[in-house]
Amino acid sequence: MNVKLRVWRQRDAGTPGRFETYEAKDINPNMSFLEMLDVVNEDLTRRGREPITFDHDCREGICGMCSCVINGEPHGPENKVATCQTYMRSFRDGETITVEPFRARAFPLIKDLIVNRSAFDRVIQAGGFVSVSTGSAPDGNAILVPKQNADLAMDAAACIGCGACVAACKNASAMLFVAAKVSHLNLLPQGRPEKEKRVLAMVQQMDEEGFGACTVTGSCEAVCPKGISLNFIAKMNRDYFGALLGVGGKKANTLTGA
Amino acid sequence: MNMLLRLLTSSLGKKFLMAVTGAGLFLFVIGHLLGNLQIFLGPEAVNRYGHFLQTTPEILWPARVGLLAFVIIHIWTSISLTLENRAARAARYDVKEVVAATLASRTMIWSGLIIVAFVAFHLAHYTLLIVHPEFRDLHDANGWHDIYRMMVLGFSNYWVSGFYVLGIGLLSIHLSHGASAMFQSLGLKNEAYTCAIDGFARVAAVIIFLGYISIPLAVLAGVVK
Repeated sequence: MNVKLRVWRQRDAGTPGRFETYEAKDINPNMSFLEMLDVVNEDLTRRGREPITFDHDCREGICGMCSCVINGEPHGPENKVATCQTYMRSFRDGETITVEPFRARAFPLIKDLIVNRSAFDRVIQAGGFVSVSTGSAPDGNAILVPKQNADLAMDAAACIGCGACVAACKNASAMLFVAAKVSHLNLLPQGRPEKEKRVLAMVQQMDEEGFGACTVTGSCEAVCPKGISLNFIAKMNRDYFGALLGVGGKKANTLTGA
Repeated sequence: MNMLLRLLTSSLGKKFLMAVTGAGLFLFVIGHLLGNLQIFLGPEAVNRYGHFLQTTPEILWPARVGLLAFVIIHIWTSISLTLENRAARAARYDVKEVVAATLASRTMIWSGLIIVAFVAFHLAHYTLLIVHPEFRDLHDANGWHDIYRMMVLGFSNYWVSGFYVLGIGLLSIHLSHGASAMFQSLGLKNEAYTCAIDGFARVAAVIIFLGYISIPLAVLAGVVK
């Protein structure tokens, strides 16, 4: 199959970017979108032109590195897959495909389709961890976890931190990501002692990074490659106001640091 | 203090304030509808209701002051959050594909601001009586302010009724999203209740729309005269 690509090219954050058009010819429909970009890049390299810069790593949908907004949808037209698992058979032969970087103030552009998602790392550093004494691994089942909580925590932990939620949100809000990371630990007994401190710190960092607020449009949930539910945002809100009111009986600032 | 600061400055805190005030205003919209619908019970009923409110300052004024405070907080949080949200998405996409988001959810600030304009006119019309000062002199046989005649005269004007239907339409669109989203912002949604809460918001919006517009339509149709 043949497709025409309209790709956002930008040398760096300080240089204005523009769309450039490329022909991708004789593409195998069972190639992934990234493999198609590889083919286009090989051709560009052969012709002595600058290849398209894009983020990728595992190419099996679990690392969260690939990004791209394809025809206005983060990770392309298919549901619950990342760009690496979007295949060319999802597009029509002869179609013009527009490829843009994730756009958010908190994700500054590095080059072409690559944006800096370190803001997510700083949100995690603010509270997306448990403070434990390291040592030998604890015995299995030494800490009992109710099945329901284990399942919910696992659903939240499925978040690969790709940032599609931010890219899709009209407010560039990171609430789905932060909610998943807060809920993942807050639901488990190991995370509970720092539950209040965690949610306050991570939300504060989220705001400081310049992400927007939630309008409950549901776009983030719809584009999430891991199907993280909007209900986690409600749970984060619940945890946040619980922490503000001191519900749960634990002071927010008694553990690890200020 | 820390708690108050977070409530007033954080994104979640402002959404919480927006949801609480929105819930209060939603209840007012329901209460106001029930009060207005008494027009269908005849002049005696609706005028008695009006007379009761006007002669009971211990209910009227706390309600007015409370509503004004709620409106101010609701508008302040919405404008503040909208500006932050716009700043968060500085560069726009070339291809704008709407995924999952309803029209109502994407236009809350615009439906809201037009509703503000509508409410301002509505208050000038029926509460402050600036638009028709002669409404002040309408009295019924009991000597009560003739709310019934005021509503009939007011809605007999096609422009007034038209703007009213437009305002109520936007209010209903606003609430079809808002009445569900407020539960989310307050943290009161989960897997079990999401469907019911979304359904509740849509049904409430339709009931509010039909309930309110039934009054100008009944006046224009000559059912209420």
